[in-house]
Amino acid sequence: MKGCEAVGEAALKAGCRHFYAYPATPATDLVEYMARRLPASGGVFMQADSEISALGMVYGAAAAGKRSMTALAGPGVGLCQESISHLAASELPCVLVHLSRSGPGQGNVLPSQGDYFQATKCGPGDYHLLVLAPSSVQEAADLTCLAFYLADKYRNPVMVLADGALGQLVERVNFSDRDLDSLPEIHWEVAGAAGRPRRVISSICFSVSELAEHNLKLKEKYRDMARAHTLFEVYEGQDAKVLLVAFGTAARVAAKAVDKLRAEGYQVGLMRPITLFPFPSDALKERVSQVKAFLVVEMNLGQMLEDVERAVLGQRPVDFLGITGGAVPTPEQITAAVKETWEKHC
Amino acid sequence: MAVTLEKVADRPRPLYDVATHYCPGCSHGVIQRLLAEVITELDIQQRIVGVASVGCSLPIYHYLDIDFVCAPHGRAPAVAAGLNHALPGRAIFTYQGDGDLAAAGMGQIVHAAARGDRIAVIFANNATYGMTGGQMSPTTLLGQKTSTTPQGRDAQAGYPIRVAELIAGLPGATYVARMAVNNPGNIKRAKLALIRAFQNQMHNRGLSLVEILGICPTDWGLSPAESLTWLKNYMIPYYPLGELKSI
Repeated sequence: MKGCEAVGEAALKAGCRHFYAYPATPATDLVEYMARRLPASGGVFMQADSEISALGMVYGAAAAGKRSMTALAGPGVGLCQESISHLAASELPCVLVHLSRSGPGQGNVLPSQGDYFQATKCGPGDYHLLVLAPSSVQEAADLTCLAFYLADKYRNPVMVLADGALGQLVERVNFSDRDLDSLPEIHWEVAGAAGRPRRVISSICFSVSELAEHNLKLKEKYRDMARAHTLFEVYEGQDAKVLLVAFGTAARVAAKAVDKLRAEGYQVGLMRPITLFPFPSDALKERVSQVKAFLVVEMNLGQMLEDVERAVLGQRPVDFLGITGGAVPTPEQITAAVKETWEKHC
Repeated sequence: MAVTLEKVADRPRPLYDVATHYCPGCSHGVIQRLLAEVITELDIQQRIVGVASVGCSLPIYHYLDIDFVCAPHGRAPAVAAGLNHALPGRAIFTYQGDGDLAAAGMGQIVHAAARGDRIAVIFANNATYGMTGGQMSPTTLLGQKTSTTPQGRDAQAGYPIRVAELIAGLPGATYVARMAVNNPGNIKRAKLALIRAFQNQMHNRGLSLVEILGICPTDWGLSPAESLTWLKNYMIPYYPLGELKSI
């Protein structure tokens, strides 16, 4: 199954029946999949006139307590930042699937990880999204399911951030049921105030104290998310002297490079953040004493790099391999970069 | 002789008994009271969801005792469409001013009308940005002085947009009217239009839009009485009243 289709199918299995999107490359396959599947599943599919309108409709369906989703490509996320800020501030759950492409500006439609900042550092205001970064089609399906769960659990928008390459990748997928804790019943949605006091879903706090209190409550929530749902994977990390750090598609290639280098006798491992927010800083910190140097590999010119540097705090060198323009790194590029880091620091 | 007192007028139930933030003479209070009356008469207080927008229209949720969602600037029609999909059969309306609907939100209202989204749009047009201090809005008349057109709006700043006519031209909009709340007769007619808009929406016939001309004495720099005259003399000739479309 294609990555895009696996995400769509996982969303349906997670109970998503409201999907609104603007068809932006490379997210179009997901949009088309939902157009085919949702009406037959008793759901609502609506192609919107812009990502802004798509998010508006997600906002409305989410306010009514329905599991809602949109599909976005890089530039469209910029259009949505206003609405995403509102969704986060109003504490409305929804899932944003973001298949990033190369920028800045029009750039091209080839895969990229240049939207790391946009996903993890967010739009106007002072809020966070949970950002999940799959690196296989199976994981794209699993994380989409988890995204709906976490969105409901925390009443917060959750972004599944993949690149266009993962959306097009074809792999086997198993849609086994996830073992997730049960969620509390919804008791905040609007539907008409029948048999209860009326409800207002809003992100407006007129007074300083009211807004400060609200923002501090959100901060607590982000801290809870970080405690319970900071996800990462370490590959061949046990004795690694050089630790690669990469996510998504770049991490797939990095894992291949690790195998090659291990066969040549290099003690090298890979740390793959699965949640980009919350970022697994503590897991990196724990490895500082063991590791001689870190090497961050990204399909951009250095974005997650800043979070790695912040975790390592200058205690070890952090080298960087950045691939830009829409290319995916090759295992050879990564092995060459690791060898360079090894020469310098090991 | 014993006198029996009968109550002949009262505050409609959905209207909270609170002081509003609106300036003296402002039309928002009149329109919101009409909405409260219409909600009562249609008996929909328990199955209506309003979508508030940005500007002086925003605090409507402080004054009407019904479920509300507050939308980002201009996005109210899209939010209302999502609500309608999730809550078929409910009364769903947006309450938007001219700055919200006709500037930042023009894309949303046009496409909501093109899709025929089952929503009622209450469009309060006072030809200025009220909350931000009286700047030019898309419906500011030529010659009208605002804080960003201190010499009066000239054509270089753009021509005022006739929203009701624009929306009426789209097949998905099935009830479109322009009303005014400048005198008792017009207020009554505006109320009837609101009733028709909600009936049209709840019967799934498509998008309803009621544009309501109102006054903003504070930002127009006129007294309430002068403002009503100004509305009659300048706004109504450019924005003619009546039902433009009823299918």
